[in-house]
Amino acid sequence: MTEIVIAGLVNGILIGGVYALVALGLTLIYGVLHIVNFAHGSLLMVAMFAAWLLAEKAGLSPYAALPVVSLGMFALGWALYRFVIGRVSRGEDRAILLATLGVAVVLDNLFLTIFGGDTRQIETDLTFAMWEIGPLLLSVPKLIAFVVSLALATALWAFMARTDTGRAIRAVAKEPEGARLMGIRPDRIFALAYGIGIACLGAAACLLLPSFFVSPHVGNVFVLVAFTIVVLGGMGSFPGAVVGGLLIGVTESLGGLVLGESLGPIGISLVFIAVLLFRPTGLFGAAR
Amino acid sequence: MKWLALAILAAIPFALPSQSLVNIAMLTAFSAFLGQCWNIAGGFGGLTSFGHAVFFGTGAYTGAILQTRYGLNPWLGLPAGFLLGAAVGAGIGAASFRAGLRGSYFALVTLAFAEVFRVLSNSTDFTRGGLGINIPLNLSWQNFQFADRRATYAVVLALLVLATAAATWLTRSRFGARLAALRENEDAASALGVDLVQTKTLALALSGGLTAMAGVVYAQTYLYIDPTIAFGSERSVEMLLVAMIGGAGTVWGPLLGAVVLHLVADISRNFITTPGFAPMLYGVVLLLIIALLPQGLAGLWATLRERIRRA
Repeated sequence: MTEIVIAGLVNGILIGGVYALVALGLTLIYGVLHIVNFAHGSLLMVAMFAAWLLAEKAGLSPYAALPVVSLGMFALGWALYRFVIGRVSRGEDRAILLATLGVAVVLDNLFLTIFGGDTRQIETDLTFAMWEIGPLLLSVPKLIAFVVSLALATALWAFMARTDTGRAIRAVAKEPEGARLMGIRPDRIFALAYGIGIACLGAAACLLLPSFFVSPHVGNVFVLVAFTIVVLGGMGSFPGAVVGGLLIGVTESLGGLVLGESLGPIGISLVFIAVLLFRPTGLFGAAR
Repeated sequence: MKWLALAILAAIPFALPSQSLVNIAMLTAFSAFLGQCWNIAGGFGGLTSFGHAVFFGTGAYTGAILQTRYGLNPWLGLPAGFLLGAAVGAGIGAASFRAGLRGSYFALVTLAFAEVFRVLSNSTDFTRGGLGINIPLNLSWQNFQFADRRATYAVVLALLVLATAAATWLTRSRFGARLAALRENEDAASALGVDLVQTKTLALALSGGLTAMAGVVYAQTYLYIDPTIAFGSERSVEMLLVAMIGGAGTVWGPLLGAVVLHLVADISRNFITTPGFAPMLYGVVLLLIIALLPQGLAGLWATLRERIRRA
């Protein structure tokens, strides 16, 4: 029994690493632009399809495709903000929320129109590879995903903390008007931050693909998970997204173990509701 | 004049020769009803909900369970659904508004509630889990099952009139004025003595109760429901789209929105029949509306009339 629980725990932590990467993009976008990016799950779906297509048609392993897909998603995110979300919303909160919902509806159904509703998977040499440590069996693709996700999260943190661009992004997040007076152009920073947030999804998609399925609806699986992590960790908080990701990975894994396959997913929604109702600043968020 | 024209328009489907045309009219009226229900909270109250399926599903399951488990007359589903839907709305509203949730946070919490209900209905025996509930076929009006689509249309039309009357009441009553004041400026309205939690909660309860009645009608029309049909996010999005495209916070917006969406669906079906194509167009229309006509199509109508009057 203990072994099953420990295995569940480890599995949860591993998947939590990728969740953290997905949530990092969301929390960056929220922290800088103060918008709730409802299209996050759908854009992850787009990235997963991109990685799947590269694997299926070009024979490129998802790990080799990671830089390409991330760059592509950066470009898509940048353009999406520049030409759609930033344009249609005129800075109103409700309009931005609805614009990201509109983008999600368009993307989900565009991919449903093109690819149909089937779920797809790829098999790499590593898909079923297992690593044995004592009594524990670790899935190799999940382990790779965990390590690379945390490495990318650290790199992103270093980028934000150490580079001029990172400083400019943080300046705009705190005080857009003041940043503008210092010669930073907030509208460019907004598009840049949105692009970086979406690039995280490109990396996450490539890391997920060897052990996860793709379908036009796959974004729905992640959208609530990502928001739960972000509110749990505190909207806009980087360490919060990482810790929240790991916590939610474990909650999901143990929830499935204790409550069973069909009732298990309720854990995440309940955590989400409880945090919003009782501690809306999350674990790491500053009180407002 | 306007009323007479609308009444004639609404009566046309009763004279239509084919059941499939009546069916299109019924579905359009059904969407308009759902959009109006969302509009009562989302438009007039500014309570942008992403999870109104929670009310729809509550009603659908209430109607189905009352008759299949307890042998009650299906018509009782309508008042029972209204009461339970209103109770769910009051519960979600009281919890969320007391915690000070608004805007995006409120949208997300409603989405999460719908997901909780979906998972619960998918895993308990009481709702027959993922199998869903089949309502035995027994066509008779006493049994709230109609062979003739015109009868279903009449029921939907009556509910649409009811919801539209509620929306009209919101534009004229003190309660509606308090709700609008909160939507426009929460702090100012609260300072003037409007009870924020109570007012918003009542609006959500009213909206939820009406939405649940749509769920009851759905179950009686298709005689089958399952967790995804009842609580899936597609229903929530459809309700929001109808109201937003037509014009949130206007009495006639949801009617316009429903007509436009069904026109888009029926026209696009002639070109591309792949699933997903019509909903994709809805998304595009929503983006265009947010960008160009924040007041929706009803707002366009008002702007045009104003221009003509000035010219």
